[in-house]
Amino acid sequence: MTTERAPALDELIASWRDWMERRDALSVRDVDELESHLRDRVDALTAAGLTEDEAFLIAVRRLGSIDELSREYAAEHSGRLWKQLVLTDSSDTEGADASTGTMPFARRANGLAVALLLGVGAGIAVKATELLSGGPELVIRNIAVLVLPFLAAWFAWRRRPPAGTLLGVAAAFAAVALALNLYPFDGGSSSVTVAMQDSATAVLATIGSIVALWLVTGIVDAGGVWRSDRTRMDFLRFSGEWLVYYVLIAIVGGALSGLTVAVFASIQVDIMPFISEWVLPCGASGAVLVSAWLVGAKQRVIENIAPVLTKVFTPLFTLMMLALIVASLMQWNLVDGSRDLLIAFDLVLVVVVALLVYSISARDPALRPGWFDRLQVLMLAAALIVDIIVLVAMIARTGEFGFSANKTASLGLNLILLANLAWATWLQIGFVRRRVPFGRVESWQTGYLPVYLGWAAILVFAFPPLFGFA
Amino acid sequence: MRIGKDLVAAAATPVVLGILSEGESYGYAILQRIAELSGGELEWSDGMLYPLLHRLERLGHVDSEWRQSPGGRPRKHYRLSAQGASTLADHRRQWSVIGGVLDQVWPDGADHRQPRLALGLD
Repeated sequence: MTTERAPALDELIASWRDWMERRDALSVRDVDELESHLRDRVDALTAAGLTEDEAFLIAVRRLGSIDELSREYAAEHSGRLWKQLVLTDSSDTEGADASTGTMPFARRANGLAVALLLGVGAGIAVKATELLSGGPELVIRNIAVLVLPFLAAWFAWRRRPPAGTLLGVAAAFAAVALALNLYPFDGGSSSVTVAMQDSATAVLATIGSIVALWLVTGIVDAGGVWRSDRTRMDFLRFSGEWLVYYVLIAIVGGALSGLTVAVFASIQVDIMPFISEWVLPCGASGAVLVSAWLVGAKQRVIENIAPVLTKVFTPLFTLMMLALIVASLMQWNLVDGSRDLLIAFDLVLVVVVALLVYSISARDPALRPGWFDRLQVLMLAAALIVDIIVLVAMIARTGEFGFSANKTASLGLNLILLANLAWATWLQIGFVRRRVPFGRVESWQTGYLPVYLGWAAILVFAFPPLFGFA
Repeated sequence: MRIGKDLVAAAATPVVLGILSEGESYGYAILQRIAELSGGELEWSDGMLYPLLHRLERLGHVDSEWRQSPGGRPRKHYRLSAQGASTLADHRRQWSVIGGVLDQVWPDGADHRQPRLALGLD
């Protein structure tokens, strides 16, 4: 008889557990303890002659109301109401069952050991290159080639992409490395001698290599499924979160270094050279991996922060651009603006695209368009107007002064972003008027990623020979 | 007779520590013991005992350990720590004072009908 009834009680207890575990204040272990209590009580009551159903009802009732109970637990464990990123956590790592004892060391804490190891590897790669080449110039130009392979290795370890993907990515890294080091950039740099002053094309190629290889690394993160909207959006989310964590680590690292220098200076020991020659380069490259690990580790624990920043800064940025439009109309002096105007406006457009992309990344596609989506239309429109004003001015100027590498690169980027924003504005207006489904707004941005990759590749491979390595 | 909420809350810590001073125990057994000692008069909802035990553990008054019950179920056992014992002694002194005062102010004199061991008083 008991064997026949036991499942019924187990089912009741399982659904009760479900209910209890939804409370933030109660950990799984707490519910275990309460379950043990509940079963003891049920045993005692059934021994007194009640059926298991009745015993269960009474036992649950005697535990007290769930609200009150979880309030009591919350008062004792207030920390649980703040989601914590538990560094030694092992219970929710994928692939591992609750049997924590059997989990291999590398898998613990979301693979922190592996991330740290790769981070150290990146630091060593940077430092070794600097020592071997005798100066920081070569390191700076090759920074993407030196550090990002370790990030790719991290993704490869986590996602296990097919071998073909890895080969393709490795080939891309090799091609960029060859271009960066074999092109005879002006400033006396061959692959061996030290470049004292890098030429403009070298700087552009460096920037291009960072962007291109970052996106290529994303292919590894996508596990080779890089054509999918979903994986592309995931990599965009990763990039935003990664940047936030990287900046946080950089700020704290900078503050700690400053404090260390100050403390040692007070006892007349100058450790500034040590900090700038060892801690900074190794730390900056290692932090790339640590940030990547953090993003993965906190993925299910903490809300994405990039979309929150987007929400905060979209209104402010819109205001700034509206003010800029008014100012430029009143003064009409953007035309005579400084040389760096176009670069500054490239940055403005990059920020606008980022604000747009990260709000898209966090938006529930099923929600109807609201005030924020209308605000985005305003932001996009303002950005377009500002950019067209600048573009008209600059094209007139390039006609005057000809095309230098810098000007062409920033003009190209500007046009690329302008095209993106123009169509994005159109889609966004359609979305606000409910003519366009949200999916198209999203897939436009993810579909645009290869364009950035293409332009970055052009900066690396085509620009140096086109502009005579100047 | 229903004992007031505040009084139950005030008595809970010394009662639980006192029961644990008899030897290690677990939640359900502690509640059984309280019911037994108070004749069912001192009661609170079962669940509330656990946050209290967790608080005592955090403060270092008790230690805990997961064990298997005879039936094979996991069960969290609590044991009084040395610090808990001294806290209990402290509580006992405070309650003695209160008990002594109350004994002298009751209109019809001290109440000797019931043993006062349940609250660790003497």
